Amino acid sequence: MIETLEPIIREHPFFKGMDDRYIKFIVGCAKNKRYDAGDVIAREGEPADKFYLIREGMIALELMIPNRGFTTLETLSDGEIVGWSWLLPPYQWRFGVRTVRPTRVLAFDGKCVRSKCEEDHDLGYEVLRRFACVTAERLQAARLQLLDLYGASV
Amino acid sequence: MSAARLQAGETAVVEAAHLDHLFQALTKKGYAVVGPTVREGAIVYDRVNSAAELPAGWTDEQNGGTYRLKRRGDNALFGYAVGPHSWKKFLHPPEQKLWQAERGADGFTIFQEKQVHPKYAFLGVRSCELRAIAIQDKVFLQGQFVDSVYQSRREDVFLIAINCGQAGGTCFCVSMKTGPKASAGYDLAMTEILQDGRHHFVVEAGTERGAEILSELPREAAAQADVQAAENVVADTARHMGRTLDTAGIKELLYNNYEHPRWDEVATRCLTCANCTMVCPTCFCTTVEDVTDLSGDHAERWRKWDSCFTMDFSYIHGGSVRSSTKSRYRQWLTHKLATWIDQFGSSGCVGCGRCITWCPVAIDITEEVRAIRGEPGGANNSGRKEHD
Amino acid sequence: MVPQPFRIERVKTETDDTFTLELAPMNHDERFSFLPGQFNMLYVFGVGEVPISISSDPGTLPVLRHTTRMVGAVTKAMGRLKRGDVIGIRGPFGGNWPVDEAPGRDFVIIAGGIGLAPLRPALYRLMAQRENYRKIVLLYGTRTPDDILFRTELERWRGKFDLDIQVTVDRGTSAWRGNVGVVTTLIGRSPFDPRNTIALACGPEVMMRFAVAELQRRGVSSDRIYVSMERNMKCAVGFCGHCQYGPTFICKDGPVFRFDRIEPIFNKAEI
Repeated sequence: MIETLEPIIREHPFFKGMDDRYIKFIVGCAKNKRYDAGDVIAREGEPADKFYLIREGMIALELMIPNRGFTTLETLSDGEIVGWSWLLPPYQWRFGVRTVRPTRVLAFDGKCVRSKCEEDHDLGYEVLRRFACVTAERLQAARLQLLDLYGASV
Repeated sequence: MSAARLQAGETAVVEAAHLDHLFQALTKKGYAVVGPTVREGAIVYDRVNSAAELPAGWTDEQNGGTYRLKRRGDNALFGYAVGPHSWKKFLHPPEQKLWQAERGADGFTIFQEKQVHPKYAFLGVRSCELRAIAIQDKVFLQGQFVDSVYQSRREDVFLIAINCGQAGGTCFCVSMKTGPKASAGYDLAMTEILQDGRHHFVVEAGTERGAEILSELPREAAAQADVQAAENVVADTARHMGRTLDTAGIKELLYNNYEHPRWDEVATRCLTCANCTMVCPTCFCTTVEDVTDLSGDHAERWRKWDSCFTMDFSYIHGGSVRSSTKSRYRQWLTHKLATWIDQFGSSGCVGCGRCITWCPVAIDITEEVRAIRGEPGGANNSGRKEHD
Repeated sequence: MVPQPFRIERVKTETDDTFTLELAPMNHDERFSFLPGQFNMLYVFGVGEVPISISSDPGTLPVLRHTTRMVGAVTKAMGRLKRGDVIGIRGPFGGNWPVDEAPGRDFVIIAGGIGLAPLRPALYRLMAQRENYRKIVLLYGTRTPDDILFRTELERWRGKFDLDIQVTVDRGTSAWRGNVGVVTTLIGRSPFDPRNTIALACGPEVMMRFAVAELQRRGVSSDRIYVSMERNMKCAVGFCGHCQYGPTFICKDGPVFRFDRIEPIFNKAEI
């Protein structure tokens, strides 16, 4: 199992350029997982110890809004990274994570990566830098989404 | 008196006292003569029926935001520069009905407005103004589409140029290479000579129909001395320009300086009053107004002069693209001196100085360009106070 | 050029603020034809004229359709017109999407909101010559699932022609099982070959700015990206001066621009 995951991780743009020993370490924290449509991967408020790389499928980030029900804020799909709450205190999922379609992911043991980052700050830098990029992109997209560009005021 | 029929390219001398014969010759050919005349403290362009209506003995003193008429010591008929009007008033009218529509049982019918206007003769067209007319010809007649209103008015216009005997306080035609000598595009070109008690015009026929008109006037053959005197007048004018503008690389200069701090500085002065666009002889922007009568069955579409300085000019669903004063001033100047070149193959500015004279706060296009070039001598070079 | 009378043959409500008019010339000699990306000036009697892109299939002329969003006085008045009413049309004006010039290419088409309407003729044209192109991708973003335009058509194209369609909404509903998020997020994950792709983008200018940035990040060069620009327009023939965008007149030099032509001014404010 572990041998087949290494090329997937090594080739993925997110991990590109990472030192060989770190790749091997990350591979050791990874597991294939498969979900059906509508499966809850994480609930809002739960402890966040994992992050995911979507291999195929679609995942929704959602919030439970009392009068609106579960509201999807954003969907992510093939090749995208899900979850950074494991990396920063209070290590708690801010949003719910649910599959929209049958989805295959690589699930990473965030707790394990986190403690290794504490020991090895070089790894810490590599991980934080990559997650900072993801966060920046998501923020940019969220800001555009907020503009309601297709709305009446445009 | 010379009686032989003249050809295009030939020159003759006409006494100032005989200028009414020019009016008669033109009127006989069906022209309505438009020329300079004094009205409400300015020299404007309007119908003139005789030489007596010309501003004899008047001159103008022009500077930034300043225009005053003063009496001359002589009786020169054209001893002034340009006023607030330009010939676009007649060729590209400020208001023009385009068509009207009548609502019927089954939709509506549109009736295009027939062009009704006199056959004009423009008397006293400065070289810069000839160039301005040529520039508007390029815009309205030589592009992908032809403007029928302009075309109809422009077709028959008889152009009598006057070579400036006096440089205006805000003139810079020498910098823009548009004068002071009229070089092309005229039917007749006159230079006024007042010398040793004599008062006459050295007149050159630019076209066959110009020669035909000139042939009807009492005249003398032009001697070499007369031609030389005319050239001296123009050379003297060229030496007394009120302003200069360095046009070297101006397109690239403005394309590379959209964020120059000078734009912020001029925006603190500009009132976006649009005077400059109204008096500029090449500005051509218009808007359309669709109106109906009370019954709602009769609609008209009118075209009216507009200005890029208005807030509405760049309005698209919900707001204006250019809402700041800075962006609107920048649009005007960049268009006039830079993007015009890419659009129409020449500068949009002819150096007539009207925008400087008629700006209520005396913004000077030549000074703004100087400041953007970063040259000393502009009143406020960068306009931005740098703090340590 | 004065407006020519066209009769409204059909009015279709697309969303709560968008409608499509199907029009036929009343003057039967009128041979109207157009290229994808061109627009007409539509005149509502006594109210005024607006530029609206043509949204129908150039291959099914003489049927002419305009899909319009009600944003101002004229478009709102137009939205109240009924079958049998008459509007005036001047046109077509402007340049076109480069859909006839590029056999063998991939196409990625990015539409935001009403921006799908000016792109629809391009899609029809591509579908009509499907064998000339390799991958064709449509990335379409709109406000909510209720605002999705041409739904039936999109589904037919997806099913019938090898057209990869991704639709996303800014805000989902509980029944929505598709993408949620801005359309620019679809670009990064889309399977087109940047070295061989022509990209067409149309939508709010902000959306196009970010879409172009994403395309460039993916490696699509500026001379293979096309955008459709919009400015205030009064005459549509390059005389009123209102539609100037830098050195260009959007009515004559655009509205479709190859991106490298406007790249120097595209990201500048208030141009």
